[in-house]
Amino acid sequence: MERSERELVAALRRGDRDAFAEIVDAWSPPLLRLARLHVPSHAVAEEVVQESWLAVLRGLDRFEERASLRTWVTSIVLNQARTHGRRERRMVPFAALRRRQEEGRDEPAVDPARFQRPGDERPGWWASPPARWGDPEAWIDDEETRAVLLRTIASLPPRQREVITLRDVLGWSETEVCTVLGVTEGNERVLLHRARSRVRAALEQHLSAGEDAA
Amino acid sequence: MTCREMVELVTAYLEDHLPADQRARFEEHLAICDGCEAYVEEMRDTLRALGRLPEDRLSPQARERLLAAFGDWHTAP
Repeated sequence: MERSERELVAALRRGDRDAFAEIVDAWSPPLLRLARLHVPSHAVAEEVVQESWLAVLRGLDRFEERASLRTWVTSIVLNQARTHGRRERRMVPFAALRRRQEEGRDEPAVDPARFQRPGDERPGWWASPPARWGDPEAWIDDEETRAVLLRTIASLPPRQREVITLRDVLGWSETEVCTVLGVTEGNERVLLHRARSRVRAALEQHLSAGEDAA
Repeated sequence: MTCREMVELVTAYLEDHLPADQRARFEEHLAICDGCEAYVEEMRDTLRALGRLPEDRLSPQARERLLAAFGDWHTAP
């Protein structure tokens, strides 16, 4: 049964175990996926998600119904996962520099060497265009393809990882993503563009390497 | 519009964020350029592939622990 968020919150506050089981089952898979972006294993992601659900229960009385329950729960998971991740990497943040790198504003979507140069016949047009990679049904559900996708996402700067996962893996809207990450639409679009460009490039490399080998 | 500019506009194009005149120029280029047509097609495939990644699942033990914790939480004074 689908309940509205308002009904869900009311049911949880009443102590309705079925309601809790319902959101734990429905939301834990995407939450695990998000937690895993910042921690090194499924086991740790599972810990983060469990801790987060407990934090949700503890905070439920203070939760304001004007806010979205899904956004609130997701931001708790992301915060806990980021904290875990930082602890493990002992990262020193240089805020301004990091933000710039994260956005990748200076980074082109495609290696500039693949375009014709000034003085060539058509400067700025393809010199080595993307090879057609054929019917996606042939490779889209391959284990290897999935491994390439997940590995490439894991290699992105943290904000890009979060944006592409929320938007393209989990199917969230732009507005929801901006709310949960606290970024502007402009930021979100740049992050998404960089992330998608990197993932497409990785797939191209993977699929054309396969052709060479064959 | 060059191919190099095209690849920076692909996301805005697919998300339908381009202003009408820019969108028209994007589509004009697309109609005459095999490389960019392939690129846009590949970006669409990439998005489909991302949307089809299998779900992670919570282990049955973790689920049981959470449901038990919910019972405790609610009966706690």
